[in-house]
Amino acid sequence: MKYAYYPGCSLRGTGRAYEESLLAVFRSLAIEVQELDDWNCCGATTYLSVDELTSYALAARNLALAERERMDIIAPCAACYLVLNKTQRYIRDYPDIKTVVSRALGAIGLEYHDRVRVRHPLDVFLNDIGLEAIAAKVVRPLKGLKVAPYYGCQIVRPYATFDDQRNPTSMDQLLAACGATVAPYPLKTRCCGGSQKGTLPEIGLHLIRYLIAEAQMNGADVIATVCPLCQFNLECFQKEAGSIRHPLSIPVLYFTQLMALALGASAATIGLQRSLVPVEPVLEAKEIAYA
Amino acid sequence: MELKRTVKFEADRDPEFARWISHTVGGERIRHCLQCGLCSASCPLSLYMDYTPRRLMHLSREGFKEEVLSSSSIWLCTACYACMVECPKKINITHLMYALKERAIEERFYPKRFPIPVMAQQFCRMVRGSGRITESWLIVRVFLRTAIWRLLSMSGLGWKLFLAGRMPAKKEKIQRQDEIVALLDSVAETRKELAL
Ligand code: SF4
Ligand code: SF4
Repeated sequence: MKYAYYPGCSLRGTGRAYEESLLAVFRSLAIEVQELDDWNCCGATTYLSVDELTSYALAARNLALAERERMDIIAPCAACYLVLNKTQRYIRDYPDIKTVVSRALGAIGLEYHDRVRVRHPLDVFLNDIGLEAIAAKVVRPLKGLKVAPYYGCQIVRPYATFDDQRNPTSMDQLLAACGATVAPYPLKTRCCGGSQKGTLPEIGLHLIRYLIAEAQMNGADVIATVCPLCQFNLECFQKEAGSIRHPLSIPVLYFTQLMALALGASAATIGLQRSLVPVEPVLEAKEIAYA
Repeated sequence: MELKRTVKFEADRDPEFARWISHTVGGERIRHCLQCGLCSASCPLSLYMDYTPRRLMHLSREGFKEEVLSSSSIWLCTACYACMVECPKKINITHLMYALKERAIEERFYPKRFPIPVMAQQFCRMVRGSGRITESWLIVRVFLRTAIWRLLSMSGLGWKLFLAGRMPAKKEKIQRQDEIVALLDSVAETRKELAL
């Protein structure tokens, strides 16, 4: 089965390492993907707050494009994943929204019949590929590496059906299959503040600080994320958050970077060098090769 | 000493607003709210809010428009959906927060140079113009219009990201931009026609 890969805007910018490592994992696990033809911005959470009707039409164009190819969509960004899922639901539930969306799609020669599934890589890896198949392909077990699995919001809340909304474990399982030790992390679904750090900086910084501090307190060597915005917040504002009380220092990687590493990809091909908090010292201390 | 009445009277309510909120998308069940407070308890931002989500639900369905639309809460909400997972009445709280934001922007209930509406506006413009968002450009545009000094204070970070290849200067653009424009125009037309 082939999937339509929908990177979303962030994976072409601050989240580049997410795309690089995700594609590496796809290759290692022989998952066939094709980038969604001429995809557009899903509208993210921003569009929803000023003009929700339009945001559904924007998201629906991507759904319709994938449907035309008869493929399921893989959406790695948490916001894209949520917006596409939400759009599907709202088109189903609200006739007015359906009318607006169908007309808008009609104006550009597209149709949407609710025949496409929106999937997150966590879901695809766990349920379509399976833990055993992944473990069998691990060439570089992440032995001794203690990882705090950070899910954030929007992946499992409120629509995901592939994991528990309060205590998700899909990433835990995948990381364990790669040989890593999963650190206890009760704040795993707590919000990172989203774009709050940009708009209401003082408050955003506190949300970020708790998340990092708790990972460190629980002995984690790295934090693994599933969302470009979470990764950005936890990594780029770490130093600033560390100036509030205790200094903070912990690498924040995409879970796909860790998986790709275990599956044998080399550091440069999965964007390890793009980290602002370098992970290499940690890997060296654990004697995990990454070249 | 400025004296202020702290209790609201029935006459202060705006029944139209109450009607609007319970008829808006996601507001169907707002009248079922038990005022149990599970939303406020699970909300990571409620400790900064002037009205917690529970109070906001009640104020809006009773029609206290001024209080609701000028509340800090609607801007603090990050749409994390924690409240919705806990709500025993399955009230679409997050979506209502969006609806309130949209209404507050429409009716200009926000402080001058407040970055959130500016960001939203610039975001929409970029989508119409390019079909995709280039984060670096978006940040620059927002800070130029709200707080130029923040742009300077963030420039160190921007530079580091640029060196790491995470702030491409090149703008992302889709090929069939005309489709986006046609799509957006069609939504505007239908909205007018059906008075949505
Ligand atoms: S959790 Fe639901 S029912 Fe309880 S106060 Fe909040 S909105 Fe009302
Ligand atoms: S969605 Fe908004 S109101 Fe609900 S818990 Fe999250 S921040 Fe609070």
